Amino acid sequence: MKIHEYQARNLFRKYGIPVPEGVVCHSVEEVKEKVPNDDKLRVVKAQVHVGGRGKAGGVKLAKSKEEAIEKASQILGMDIKGLTVEKVLVAEAVDIEKEFYVGLINDRNTKSVTLMASAEGGVEIEEVAKTSPEKIIKMTIDPTMGLMDWQARKIALRLMNDPAQIRQAASILTKLYQLYVDTDASLAEINPLVLTPDKRVLAIDGKMNFDDNALFRQAEILAMREVTPDEQKEIDASEKGLSYIKLDGSIGCMVNGAGLAMATMDMIKLYGGDPANFLDIGGSSNPQKVVDAMNILLSDTNVKAVMINIFGGITRCDDVARGLVAALKAIQTQIPIVIRLSGTNAKEGLEIIREFGLPTVSTMSEAAKKAIELSKKSKVKSQKK
Amino acid sequence: MSILINKDTKVIVQGITGRDGAFHTSKMKDYGTNIVGGISPGKGGSDVGGIPVFNTVEEAVKATGANASVIFVPAPFAGDAILEASYAGVELVICITEGVPVRDMIKVTPVLKQNGTKLIGANCPGLITPDECLIGILPSMIFKKGNVGLISRSGTLTYEVVNMLTESGLGQTTCVGIGGDPVSGLYFRELLEMYENDPATEAVVLIGEIGGDAEEQAAQYIKDHMTKPVVAFIAGQSAPPGKRMGHAGAIISSGSGTAEEKVKAFAEAGVPVAKEPNQIPGLVKQKLGL
Repeated sequence: MKIHEYQARNLFRKYGIPVPEGVVCHSVEEVKEKVPNDDKLRVVKAQVHVGGRGKAGGVKLAKSKEEAIEKASQILGMDIKGLTVEKVLVAEAVDIEKEFYVGLINDRNTKSVTLMASAEGGVEIEEVAKTSPEKIIKMTIDPTMGLMDWQARKIALRLMNDPAQIRQAASILTKLYQLYVDTDASLAEINPLVLTPDKRVLAIDGKMNFDDNALFRQAEILAMREVTPDEQKEIDASEKGLSYIKLDGSIGCMVNGAGLAMATMDMIKLYGGDPANFLDIGGSSNPQKVVDAMNILLSDTNVKAVMINIFGGITRCDDVARGLVAALKAIQTQIPIVIRLSGTNAKEGLEIIREFGLPTVSTMSEAAKKAIELSKKSKVKSQKK
Repeated sequence: MSILINKDTKVIVQGITGRDGAFHTSKMKDYGTNIVGGISPGKGGSDVGGIPVFNTVEEAVKATGANASVIFVPAPFAGDAILEASYAGVELVICITEGVPVRDMIKVTPVLKQNGTKLIGANCPGLITPDECLIGILPSMIFKKGNVGLISRSGTLTYEVVNMLTESGLGQTTCVGIGGDPVSGLYFRELLEMYENDPATEAVVLIGEIGGDAEEQAAQYIKDHMTKPVVAFIAGQSAPPGKRMGHAGAIISSGSGTAEEKVKAFAEAGVPVAKEPNQIPGLVKQKLGL
């Protein structure tokens, strides 16, 4: 789960990590109301769940309240990578002597949280990671000890020179780690962490992601969740026991198991088609689940054909077939459907599907080829549900 | 021979009285797995289909000499269940539970190391040594005893591939589903080492996924240490960056863990990568000179 920069700033503040003053506004009126009438330099920043806001024109400087209002009116409603900007953060701009990057991430290799820092902060950190990885300092954190003071100090020493600044930076790192652990984060970045000419160390921009599996015990974080319509579809699906991700292709896929679902999408691509989604129905033959899955698939108007790929393991194919038939009877669609069943009781399952009058195939590759062929011929538009 | 489990493995089930635990316990028992006990706090002294139930893992291990435990408890309690098994001295722990928070898995890691516990999963289908022992939720009927080892991050895709292997006459020594979570127990590398040292295994099939770099590390290990042939497949080659594909936990972010990088790493290690799953049996036969 992602949160906005302003939400990350609120968490930083709660943990005592210094951030510049700022207000979040949903409208130009709110900017007029909340931003003090002075000539402080401010920065108006779009709050959207994508990177590259600055390059897209979603971050602008304002020299006065008038200008802040003007820039906010330009940014609010703007489209950044397909997302509409619904709020802006108007924060005090600070003079910057030096910029740094610090971040925490779950590291699969060391099976621990890894702290990363670099004296080359700012927007180009990904470029730094690629071209000169040696400029990024990494430190593995022992989960039983947490980030130890000497570790935080060691990192801070690599970034700053003055003892007072080193203390400030080390304390920020310790607080960021505490926040990370307390909130079940999967990523926490301060980029940039800055040193001002008056020797203060401040977090200018923050990004945090959280472990979806831990949201059950993170009510405060969950309350910050905001979702796009596509994400809402994914959440609705997950509440029905389905795992759905919308993509841009024309072939709807319904598969049992995530790995097999990915392999199915790969195969469609391999044979020159484009998958419309990832959809894992899990290991159940419950007809209602199949109906729900079909409804989700067909609500995507790009879908021109549907490929159903089931490998029966514990779940028997004849049970799945009965579920499918019940579902298809209830749905009645014009979209062509290809069904592939394999594994336990596949023969019986295929027989049930054939009796119902739908084409069946026995291998994944055949199914993919057939679905692509049908999607090209298909003239029907699926109806928005 | 086999790796990790065989007919002598004594298995206990943590969460034996739950719906999934009870169902799969009976399946495992039917297959011939030596299930010696189950754990359900507060229900100690009772039994489930003739299998004695204990309150704690420690009691179960003392009474039965169990050396493997399979976990079916709900996600919020799975981390603790792993810790309990580890501290009770169980050598091999298999966590089937899906949706375990990453922080809990990070917490158990140093304990496993300290106690010398081997963990498979979480969020995995388990493992099987055909005709001897099945631990987890794998559909037993598709497996056949033979000389191919198989390791996979996926569930149903594994079944698909195993079925193809079996149908083409290639049986298996041990098949292991390691699970697809970001932080989990044994990775490809450790298992490859076991297969390399297992006299019965003549070739290994590795089914990877996008995200992380377990495959790249496996490729490096194969290049440096393995004498036995390995055939690979990578799922998710068409997945868009930054998206987590279901519980497979396959995430690609900022250019690492992409399918291309993994295919390239395997190519450099002399490991053929199947373009689609149905090429796998052919590639294995080629490597075995069949």
